[in-house]
Amino acid sequence: MTARRGSMRVAVRLACPPDTVWDVVGSPERLPEWWEGIESCTVTGDQRTVQTRSGLPMPEQLLTIDSSLRRFQYRITAPLFVEHLSTIDVHDLHDGTCLTVYSVDAEPAVLALVISGAARAALQRLPDLLGVERVP
Amino acid sequence: MGRKILFVTTDQQRYDTLACNGGTLSRTPVVDGLAADGVRYERAHPQSVVCMPSRSTILTGQHPSTHGVWMNGVPLPGDAPSVVEVLRRAGYRTALVGKAHFQPYFDPFLRFEENLLSTEGTTPHGGSRRGFEHLETAAHGAMGPLHYCQWLLREHPEALGMYCRAIDDSLQVSAAAGGDTGAPQVKVNPIERGIYHTDWVADRAIAWLDSVDADEDWFCWMSFPDPHHPWDPPESEVGRVDWREVPLPAGYIEDRHAREAVLDAKPRHWRAWYDGTLVSNYEAPADWVPATLTADQVREVNARNAVEVELIDEALGRVLARIAERGWAEDVDVVFTTDHGELQGDFGLLFKGPYHVDALMRLPLVWRPAPSSRSGGAPGPSVVSRPVGLVDLAPTFCAIAGVEPPAWMQGKPLPVDDDDAGARGFDRVLTEWDSELFGTDVHLRTLMRDRWVVTAYLPGTSHDGTEGELYDLVDDPLQQVNRWDDPAVRPLRDDLVADLWDAQPEVRPDRLALEAPV
Repeated sequence: MTARRGSMRVAVRLACPPDTVWDVVGSPERLPEWWEGIESCTVTGDQRTVQTRSGLPMPEQLLTIDSSLRRFQYRITAPLFVEHLSTIDVHDLHDGTCLTVYSVDAEPAVLALVISGAARAALQRLPDLLGVERVP
Repeated sequence: MGRKILFVTTDQQRYDTLACNGGTLSRTPVVDGLAADGVRYERAHPQSVVCMPSRSTILTGQHPSTHGVWMNGVPLPGDAPSVVEVLRRAGYRTALVGKAHFQPYFDPFLRFEENLLSTEGTTPHGGSRRGFEHLETAAHGAMGPLHYCQWLLREHPEALGMYCRAIDDSLQVSAAAGGDTGAPQVKVNPIERGIYHTDWVADRAIAWLDSVDADEDWFCWMSFPDPHHPWDPPESEVGRVDWREVPLPAGYIEDRHAREAVLDAKPRHWRAWYDGTLVSNYEAPADWVPATLTADQVREVNARNAVEVELIDEALGRVLARIAERGWAEDVDVVFTTDHGELQGDFGLLFKGPYHVDALMRLPLVWRPAPSSRSGGAPGPSVVSRPVGLVDLAPTFCAIAGVEPPAWMQGKPLPVDDDDAGARGFDRVLTEWDSELFGTDVHLRTLMRDRWVVTAYLPGTSHDGTEGELYDLVDDPLQQVNRWDDPAVRPLRDDLVADLWDAQPEVRPDRLALEAPV
């Protein structure tokens, strides 16, 4: 890590099978359903453009949508970012629960904090959206 | 009809910037007049030396460990207790005009209602938020989605680029050099004074007061963003204080070797920040090395700071004049304070951080009780030298309103003189710091009692938990001699540290998450 690059990780454990979560977080067009502050998005090939509530368009490149691994990766390609990689992993904990981990690496570093903060809030919306319990 | 409350805060203002507290750079006749007629506090400390935790303490009447906003960037939950809600329920009309900062500013998704509201109006959803029926927000310039910025964008778009860019292209607090001396966060700002945020806050406060019926009780938090950096007051006003004639502050040690020796006697993060090898928090430019700060830069920063302080005083005078025109002068309590201090050259440093010394902890606090309350036995002018905290403001507002302070408030109504303070146990005040940012964490707990300030360090990136600071405020008012390891005061230190830990407030069980840098 350098002072200019930030790395953050947030997670939520839910009382449901991993595919229940993956159906939402692994579907790029469903982002506005669970991410507060994203009004809409369009997906064309490996390009997704997100429209934030502030009116800021955020272009992204979709890198990985691996349903067997339940891994979703994308880069935000807006000029504000020198570098960005977000990874969502949905892990089966084999006890009727799953762990969804959202990792963010970004330069400038503060954007990792901003994205992970919003991601944390987004993960916290999943229980209501999916009708499942959050496991402490 | 009861007593109305004008609560005035500034941002990042030192105790010694007011003439009534011995300051010599700024003319502050309005606040000085309030102090002459009211109570002036000589030892008012914040419970955190950065904005969001400190402001959350003011609102909740709780220490940061309890309300949970442990550093900037941690949002205060929407359902957190609020003294303003208590007042609203007691029949008060309520408003906050100016800087709120209970939620982060970095918010590209507009997730936080404080930011979102500026695009929707001034009345929160449901009629109030945190007790405020009216929220009209501003910060330190033209950045962000707040009401002042939206107003500038609509009415004076030419002014948007006049302010200092406080954040640079890498989204760090800017270290760009400006002014005559190349000081960080200093810029010549050609903005017309009448549309500068200080006057805008006063204008909007007056507009809100004009909307209140004459016989209604009200609580108005008028929250000026200055004199927080950037130091970019309107160019037309800069000539009030010629930086070339500004004396260096007593806390600035001119001799580099002597300065560095003082820093070396403090816990190691002091010197590490000075040398530019450690930036533990977001509140100072990451690319700025304090060791490069020159005496002239200190003078220029302090000159501009002084101008901003004067503009606030004049703006407050306008609001008080309007209050008098409304016929309320006898019935209004005025409380003036700030959220935390500013290093302003002390120890060769600027800005703020995990440094619990008077520059950041000793705050201006003045309470001018409603003149009409004097007939009910309220005391006359006085000075309180015993320690009080911003945590005591919320119960004070309740006392003014004639409302019993709720049990969740941790402070006590402010004392009106030292006898009152002594009788009600104003013996100590606590301040805390926690920060965790990209692998660097710092944790301090501080107690001020009698003539001593003691700070204990918890384990963190730079500390193993054995470090500390101990200063005698009488013999060493500039806190340049750290006596933590002085065997002559070891029993005293042990007693103070034991008291510090005994006095720690309740800790919120669920740790709130850091969601943005600030």
